[in-house]
Amino acid sequence: MSDIEERVKKIVVEHLGVEEAKIQSDSKFIDDLGADSLDTVELVMAFEEEFGCEIPDDAAEKIVTLKDAVTYLTANAN
Amino acid sequence: MRRVVVTGLGTINPLGNNVDSSWNSLINSHSGISKINKFVVDNYPCKIAGSIDDSNINDQIVTPRDQRKIDRFITLGLIAADEAVNDSGFVSENESSFRYGVMVGSGIGGLDTIYKNSSVLDNQGIRKISPFFIPSSLINLLSGHISIKYNLKGPNSSPVTACATGTHAIGDSFTIIKNNKADLMVCGGAEAAICPLGISGFSAARALCDTFNESPEKGSRPWDVDRSGFVMGEGAGVLVLEEYEHAKKRNAKIYGEVKGYGMSGDAYHITKPSEDGNGGFRAMDMALQESMLNTDDIGYVNAHGTSTPVGDMIELSAVEKLFGSNKNLFMSSNKSAIGHLLGAAGAVEAVFSFKSLETNTLPPTLNLDNPSTNTSINLIPHESISENVTNIISNSFGFGGTNASLIFGI
Repeated sequence: MSDIEERVKKIVVEHLGVEEAKIQSDSKFIDDLGADSLDTVELVMAFEEEFGCEIPDDAAEKIVTLKDAVTYLTANAN
Repeated sequence: MRRVVVTGLGTINPLGNNVDSSWNSLINSHSGISKINKFVVDNYPCKIAGSIDDSNINDQIVTPRDQRKIDRFITLGLIAADEAVNDSGFVSENESSFRYGVMVGSGIGGLDTIYKNSSVLDNQGIRKISPFFIPSSLINLLSGHISIKYNLKGPNSSPVTACATGTHAIGDSFTIIKNNKADLMVCGGAEAAICPLGISGFSAARALCDTFNESPEKGSRPWDVDRSGFVMGEGAGVLVLEEYEHAKKRNAKIYGEVKGYGMSGDAYHITKPSEDGNGGFRAMDMALQESMLNTDDIGYVNAHGTSTPVGDMIELSAVEKLFGSNKNLFMSSNKSAIGHLLGAAGAVEAVFSFKSLETNTLPPTLNLDNPSTNTSINLIPHESISENVTNIISNSFGFGGTNASLIFGI
């Protein structure tokens, strides 16, 4: 597991209160991990904070799984 | 006529995190007032409050993750609601859930959340504002959360009448059931304003006690000559009100009945009660009229009694005027032990009133060493007393000149 993936997973565990073992790379935050739309806004804010970058709304809308987040942050994290 | 009874009680307050523990502390003359230790109060004129220690907040009822997304007043309200709903034994079934409603209010709501997000906006900018900021601080979101948790699809609202909120919530719920718009209401109030902005705001209004910082438990002393203002408390009180036949049909435990509700406005001043006590008098009188009781039928007044120099005497004189011929009247202030819970005060005091009816015990007015006036009413100084009472009147008065009174009986 990459360093970025590990950090993303940690944030998801903290914010959504799910067990780490239940999070798969293609788990959807809303459909599979019990998040609601406000939770996903907060998740994106937490990613921005952790990785020191700004995620525009159109990009944020496309981050629906752990893998989406890792892919975006690998390309854009500072 | 539809009668309204109480079938569930719940509270978390500075004396305990449930009804029995806080009631036992109350009647044993314990004080819930202590020095504020959640934030630095060195420069504050008032350094004391009735705080709830975080270790008393049951994480099983509201998980830490959920607590992060709601202001503390909602957490406290949900804890009291959990106890009250469990106590009532009531479970809302889908086909009739529209007959069951919620009305739990707050005087101020998510003040600390608003303060913190305001600082974030100023210092870090708009992108750092939490998406949960608004839903965590809106007052009626407490009623919203309770309705979602217990599947209550009937009337849903939250009164906001400062320190009269809890009493109005119960009274309005009583009226809703009486008028056949619901069969059951989960109602009450919650408050969590012991935060930098809350304490400084009430201090600036010269409302808080500033003379007992070194002996906090002595700060709240209604009707005593040395009182200097109220001591703020936090917490919540929730009651389950239910139409009598509905409660009987499901063999619910019945604590007693809500018999009358009165409301009035002072039309006088934004923070001071009208000097002649006419507003409080009319609220009590209206409640008495609805209850069809006589003044001699009332055994105990659960007073608003905040320990402010002006308010205490005005309430006492209004009670004397209305109940003058009643020679066996008792009156005390729960705020002497728990402080002033603002929008939750009337609801917690209603919970304690039903415990008085259940146990025939009247809680004391702590610190009433030297009453500042002579009165024929027994103000129950220092220690609780055993007394059979069948009817109680409970008062709440709020900033803006809003007054509410309820009559509870068995």
